[in-house]
Amino acid sequence: MSDVLVVVEHAGGAAKKVTLEMLTLARDLGTPAAVVFGAPGTAAALSDKLGEYGAAKVYVAESDDIAGHLVAPKAAVLARLITTAQPSAVLLGSTQEGKEIAARVAVKLDNGVLTDVLSLDADGTATQAIFAGTTIVKSQVTRGLPLATVRPNSLTPTPSPVTPAVETIDATVDDSAKLVKVVERRTEQKGSRPELTEASIVVSGGRGVGSADNFKLVEEFADLLGAAVGASRAATDSGFYPHQFQVGQTGKTVSPQLYIALGISGAIQHRAGMQTSKTIVAVNKDSEAPIFELADFGVVGDLFKVVPQAAEEVRKRR
Amino acid sequence: MNIVVLVKQVPDSGAERNLRSDDKTVDRASASNVINEMDEYAIEEALKIKEAHGGEVTVLTMGPVSATESIRKALSMGPDKAVHVQDDALHGSCALGTSKVLAAALGTLGADLVISGAESTDGRVQVMPQMLAERLGIAALTGARKLTVDGSSLTVERQTEDGVEVVTASTPAIVSVWDTINEPRYPSFKGIMQAKSKPLTVLSLADLGISADEVGFAGATTTVVDANKRPPRQGGRRVEDSGEGGVALVEFLASEKFV
Repeated sequence: MSDVLVVVEHAGGAAKKVTLEMLTLARDLGTPAAVVFGAPGTAAALSDKLGEYGAAKVYVAESDDIAGHLVAPKAAVLARLITTAQPSAVLLGSTQEGKEIAARVAVKLDNGVLTDVLSLDADGTATQAIFAGTTIVKSQVTRGLPLATVRPNSLTPTPSPVTPAVETIDATVDDSAKLVKVVERRTEQKGSRPELTEASIVVSGGRGVGSADNFKLVEEFADLLGAAVGASRAATDSGFYPHQFQVGQTGKTVSPQLYIALGISGAIQHRAGMQTSKTIVAVNKDSEAPIFELADFGVVGDLFKVVPQAAEEVRKRR
Repeated sequence: MNIVVLVKQVPDSGAERNLRSDDKTVDRASASNVINEMDEYAIEEALKIKEAHGGEVTVLTMGPVSATESIRKALSMGPDKAVHVQDDALHGSCALGTSKVLAAALGTLGADLVISGAESTDGRVQVMPQMLAERLGIAALTGARKLTVDGSSLTVERQTEDGVEVVTASTPAIVSVWDTINEPRYPSFKGIMQAKSKPLTVLSLADLGISADEVGFAGATTTVVDANKRPPRQGGRRVEDSGEGGVALVEFLASEKFV
């Protein structure tokens, strides 16, 4: 079987969950071959984990140019690798960076690109959910190989251990790929909470939470369930919670096993980011709130009474 | 500074959106069509830069005749002029084809700075800024929440999955912006009146030296083979909290094996 390239997403020396999901998907399409980009020394910490999820090969492209510039060097190296390795498909994470690398590779190779793919069949047919998850589309690349970005949390990663063959590839790029320099990178402490787009449970707060201070209640309930914390646009625009945690049309799209909406009315803007969640639970004092039209279980009530009681009940059951 | 803002007309994301049953393209006829929301932030950013540093702001749109309405709306916020690439052969263009057309149009405009929204609310594909940068050989500073212009030097602060990055490049460049960057102005009555008489140039594929078979359905590099509406979610059980709402919630979570 031919190689399926998987561009590794990693942070803090660990492969992100979407990487393991892509390796799992790639096993159904061919032989997974991971591609690691980063500063010198990046791949060493990752190879074992990549092998555990079935990466028969790990291509390593490490250089300060790759780490020190926005996506152009990665795209240049990846396009070169595609040309030499002749894979049957190329998968990237459907993150801003994954989509941007794919965009440049698509131009370089005059190859179609599909984004936000939920699954990819062996015949190259991709499934996508568009218009806020209301329409399911089957699509294909008709020029070049299947080049797709895979939406995080679209499948469950399963291990399939192999010992990968690690191969260092040429990471040099010319100056045209070095136009945008990264001059500062500040990693934000997320504590022990899972990443929003990867979490199996998300607890989100909306306008009804009322203040930044009150968001502690949302955070505490999330921590109790091992969940990520999200927020509606109303909450982020009001300064209750940082923008990067916004779930919705203009924020993140999440698709967890369980989504708990606290004090969120459920405007279309918000629904666009969460309505493909498997199970939805809502607490809102307005019985007319549209969020209840989606919720598998809803409590009409004051979240400041319901949530502390629910937290207490969870603790009691442990 | 010569600034071009990319503006796309999209179906209103606040209303029902559909694909056409015949060719699986976005159904514009049944939709309420508006400026892509993120593009309003791009326009605002361009106007702020013009106000601080001088220059000219041009709106660039590729789209059908009906997009003219969105172009006039964009002009009413304050840009000086607009270019509308409009050609029946563009119908069905994929992202790569669209980028070919926009890159050619940008080539005729000689922009120092191109500003776009980070994504459109219809496709949410996020590839256009990098595709254009790749085609034009210019820098792409994407996902800006803050943009600083100092002569020909650009500095962008961008939110990433893991934190914040500060990146720099020189013009010519393309910058894409999120809605965290500014607060778009409302068009004034004067702006709306002036927009009607601002120059709007319509370009065809022939004007750009692109042949019809390179774009539209003929040149598309991807295809939609099937599209189906997902049945709407049904609301489930709802309880009024009369003192035991929190317990009921956890009982539901337990029944679904979440706790």
